[in-house]
Amino acid sequence: MSNGKRRKAAPYKKNGFFGNLWGHRELYLMMLPGIIYLLINNYLPIGGLSLAFKKYDYSKGILGSEWNGMSNFKFLFSTKDAMMIIRNTLGYNFVFIVFGTIFAVAVAIILNEIRANVPKKIYQVFILIPYLVSMVVVSYIAFAFLSTDNGFINNSILHERINWYMTPKYWPFILTFVNLWKSFGYNSIIYYATVIGIDTSLYEAAVVDGTNRWQRIWNVTLPGLRPTIITMTLLAVGRVFYSDFGLFYQVPMNSGMLYDVTTTIDVYVYKGLIILNDVGRSAAAGFFQSVCGFILVLTANFVVTKVDKENALF
Amino acid sequence: MVQHDKLQQTLMHLFMILLVLCCILPFLLMVIASFTEEATLTRNGYSFFPEALSLETYRYIIRSAGTIFRGYLMTIIVTVIGTGCNLLLTVLFAYPLSRKDLPYRGILSFFLFFTMLFNGGLVPTYMMYANTFHIKNTVFALIIPSLMMNAFYVIMMRSFFSSSIPDSLIEAAKLDGASEMKILGRVILPLSKPMVVTLVLMVGLGYWNDWMNGLYYVTEQKLFTIQMILNNMINNIEFLTRNASMLGTAASNMKIPQVGIRMGIAVIAVLPILVIYPFLQKYFVKGIVIGGVKG
Repeated sequence: MSNGKRRKAAPYKKNGFFGNLWGHRELYLMMLPGIIYLLINNYLPIGGLSLAFKKYDYSKGILGSEWNGMSNFKFLFSTKDAMMIIRNTLGYNFVFIVFGTIFAVAVAIILNEIRANVPKKIYQVFILIPYLVSMVVVSYIAFAFLSTDNGFINNSILHERINWYMTPKYWPFILTFVNLWKSFGYNSIIYYATVIGIDTSLYEAAVVDGTNRWQRIWNVTLPGLRPTIITMTLLAVGRVFYSDFGLFYQVPMNSGMLYDVTTTIDVYVYKGLIILNDVGRSAAAGFFQSVCGFILVLTANFVVTKVDKENALF
Repeated sequence: MVQHDKLQQTLMHLFMILLVLCCILPFLLMVIASFTEEATLTRNGYSFFPEALSLETYRYIIRSAGTIFRGYLMTIIVTVIGTGCNLLLTVLFAYPLSRKDLPYRGILSFFLFFTMLFNGGLVPTYMMYANTFHIKNTVFALIIPSLMMNAFYVIMMRSFFSSSIPDSLIEAAKLDGASEMKILGRVILPLSKPMVVTLVLMVGLGYWNDWMNGLYYVTEQKLFTIQMILNNMINNIEFLTRNASMLGTAASNMKIPQVGIRMGIAVIAVLPILVIYPFLQKYFVKGIVIGGVKG
């Protein structure tokens, strides 16, 4: 402790690696359970990605199975499934990002423009409710509306028997609607938090200038939201190779007729692995997803740092 | 001008009210359907204005205690234990990371952070848990995979610790001879209550709503949570009877209200969330706003 000043300048260089560990053993010991968990849950499976280049043999495990080069990928990309799952995953994500963002921003702005405080609070409470329930429950709600025999839409609105779960052409719309329904509250709350953070003097100045509501939204609110919109969008773009498994697996109730319009990479990997026991193709599709996802996250973050450094992920 | 403004306000309220209805009417349909007489349901379908109400769905649920209460109990057990473990792992990891005097802090942060960028995906994770750790059809399968620690929440906690708790407080506690564990438990955590509540709610919600771990790793019915019962029931109502007769309860010789029961169980699954949520709304909002942009 005699050289307290120098310790601050170079806090731990002097003691060597083990000296540092010993010196802060209590803190490291605290972190140990977390480190072990992350090693098992997150790092160990990364090694298992090698499975994509192997012919899986249950009795030999991942390590013992024989390498077979690119044949899993050749097998995967020789089917029309490959193009379909990539198209579905990217396509739905693109639509979700566009509609989700526009709608959430609009709701956030309207919430901000409403003056009465109590209704405003109440609206905020209610729009978050869909976010709180699981996709399984959402699939039950969808079923209550869409069921051919007992559904609300067939019985009370249309008075005809449309077989929703057998007709692919409706599903791009249904899935987009369900996604929007479940996630808009969540996104609106995030945008709304940004809106109320906008400097009120900007609004006051705009009022003094005699601008109307639309001009204020256009010239103050939207520019204030811009960084958040950009960040949220780019982060979503970074995840376009991933999809909400529950939305695409549970809500269509795993109906075979809807295979072409509801199978995303996640659904495909799950079905291949657990139902069809086709480990090779699943592993290849999963590998493709992990690697593309990684590249896109890095790219998206790179773009964020260029646009708005503060909101960058790293 | 003033009138114009009034009109705009009214229109905006109207829009929001429509939106709110959009959010809650589906739940209302579910609740009403669960109270509708089975014969009415088969005749008219799920409806907001049923001809006849009945409690038969809930009577069945109570009678078939074996399956559904068991699932409920499983959900509660998994949620409580899982959330507790997550809280422990998260706080114990976040606190040292928030300490500016911790050597190799950068490396450890990256170790944590990298898990958000890259992962092995389902196939290797499943293989590892199922074939190496033999976690299938154990209660651990519902608690451990993917839900027990989340880098986002750790980072959220760490940022809170390092921005809201003055270093001088830790220094003072150290001078008093307190161990790190004591500093965390007696000094840091009491000052972080709102953040801890937020974490517990977000993680608890995750466990309560989880059906994926069950889908991947559990086939044994005695381990089914309420979400998994729902999951297995949607295409196959007989699942309930099969199980009921297996357990030999009074339910086995009762007729299942096939159409209503689906909604009844779904109602039971969301009820605790919807009851608790309005009182704790601000914590959920906090979790979303902090975690959202970076999550």
